[in-house]
Amino acid sequence: MNELKALRGSAAIAGVATFGCGEAPGYSDMELLANAARAAVADAGLKMSDIDGLCTASGGATMWAMPVVEYLGIRPSYIDSTMIGGSSFIAHLLPAMQALQSGQCNAVLVCYGSAQRSATFGRREVVASRRFLDPQPYESPYEPMQPLSAYALAASRHMHDFGTTRRQLAEVAVAARAWAQRNPEAFMREPLSIDDVLGARMVCDPLTVRDSCLVTDGGGAYVLVRADRARDLPRTPVYVLGNGTAVWNRQISSMHDLTVTAARDSGRAAFAMAGLAPKDIDVVQLYDAFTINVLLFLEDLGFCAKGEGGAFVEGGAIGPGGRLPVNTNGGGLSCVHPGMYGIFALIEAVRQLRGDGGERQVAGVKTAIAHGNGGTLSSQSTAVLGLAETL
Amino acid sequence: MTTTELPSQQGGVLARHQAALNEGRFLIQRCGSCSRAVYFPRELCPHCGHGELAWVQPAGTGTVYAVTTVRRKPEAGGDFNVSLIDLDEGVRLMSRVEGVPSSEVRIGQRVTARVVQQGGQGVVVFDPVASEGARA
Repeated sequence: MNELKALRGSAAIAGVATFGCGEAPGYSDMELLANAARAAVADAGLKMSDIDGLCTASGGATMWAMPVVEYLGIRPSYIDSTMIGGSSFIAHLLPAMQALQSGQCNAVLVCYGSAQRSATFGRREVVASRRFLDPQPYESPYEPMQPLSAYALAASRHMHDFGTTRRQLAEVAVAARAWAQRNPEAFMREPLSIDDVLGARMVCDPLTVRDSCLVTDGGGAYVLVRADRARDLPRTPVYVLGNGTAVWNRQISSMHDLTVTAARDSGRAAFAMAGLAPKDIDVVQLYDAFTINVLLFLEDLGFCAKGEGGAFVEGGAIGPGGRLPVNTNGGGLSCVHPGMYGIFALIEAVRQLRGDGGERQVAGVKTAIAHGNGGTLSSQSTAVLGLAETL
Repeated sequence: MTTTELPSQQGGVLARHQAALNEGRFLIQRCGSCSRAVYFPRELCPHCGHGELAWVQPAGTGTVYAVTTVRRKPEAGGDFNVSLIDLDEGVRLMSRVEGVPSSEVRIGQRVTARVVQQGGQGVVVFDPVASEGARA
């Protein structure tokens, strides 16, 4: 841990970009990725030829780093294509910091693209192919509608153990929509009320379609460099103060306690490295694939006690003007969710730290959390980010 | 829970477990070193790393740990139950509770295992324990 603490603030995010968020008909995964990558490199004040480290992952292609290298025309000396679901692009941070610190590379591009909404290869085909490519033989005979059923099971247990209500879950979706209404990039911006969520089509009890993330297209990318170099680049550096990743299980049926996620470990590691605590954090970006996620992660990351997530979010507490700004872009529930959302949570954290949030900007942001989740509450990665004054 | 002979199928534990189910027998494992129950079946104990796990027949009784109803159009077969069940031996599995509408399945409800043949393969499902009055 001492050595990890030495990496605190050693690298900074120098550029970010999104591309094609929402609907991008006619674009491939790679084209969305490439446009986001090009824009993020330009945002960092660099050229693609400066990029000598690559982190990427795909929900479909198992050897995805190779076609990305080929497409971008780069020759990276550092490659990380660790694929642990939607948290991957946050989990890529710490190994990249170590690679930068060792001198293995100098500028790491982390990038993702998915045409999930517009792709002709739809959900039915994905489910069919995964039975062979990624079998879960002890769950698939029961035909859970994954990932939704897994999160519904977790919600059922949280409600049973702590008295959490569907209305409290709906608060999460309503807060996300209120933020999305202030974000021109968000996909769903029409008004949403608690009653709208409660009355929405039930998909897997207790979760409705409005408790569930969007299915959109989109690409996202960011560039990570050593802190000393970031200071010479055009954009305000966003320093990585801490990062931790944890995986306890893959299948929901193997999860020890459905109300406690591995975010407890990832958060603890990230906060320890950063030397900060939840009370020090100004804005919070949590992977909200489903409304229950936000309650679980607020609890597991220490923003409230276990079981108190439902009460914590009541009364618009995580929406605009609330006590804790959460998912200020509208999150995966209302902004963007192209298969894997993690990179977009991190990009929104950077935009808030830079003061680029426009109408949704939170005043005086100096620290932020970006937290990624993957699989069915399977992988968790937490990043603590901050401006120069937090170093 | 008594130790039982290996299912006759050759190969790994996945195939052996399925072969037993296909014969109507639901088996879990018990570690030869730390004695803890193991499910789903593995080639090594996830608690202590030991390599020899015995097949044992569980009592078949358990408790609903978590529950959802997957909503499905009537023409596609209608709504169905997906539950996580904690066996009394201390292991958890995904399954479904049959015999009552899914909306009536409750966390904490006592259930008992039954092997059914589904699409040519044995599958473990659960029924509410009759004495608790939930049986249809």
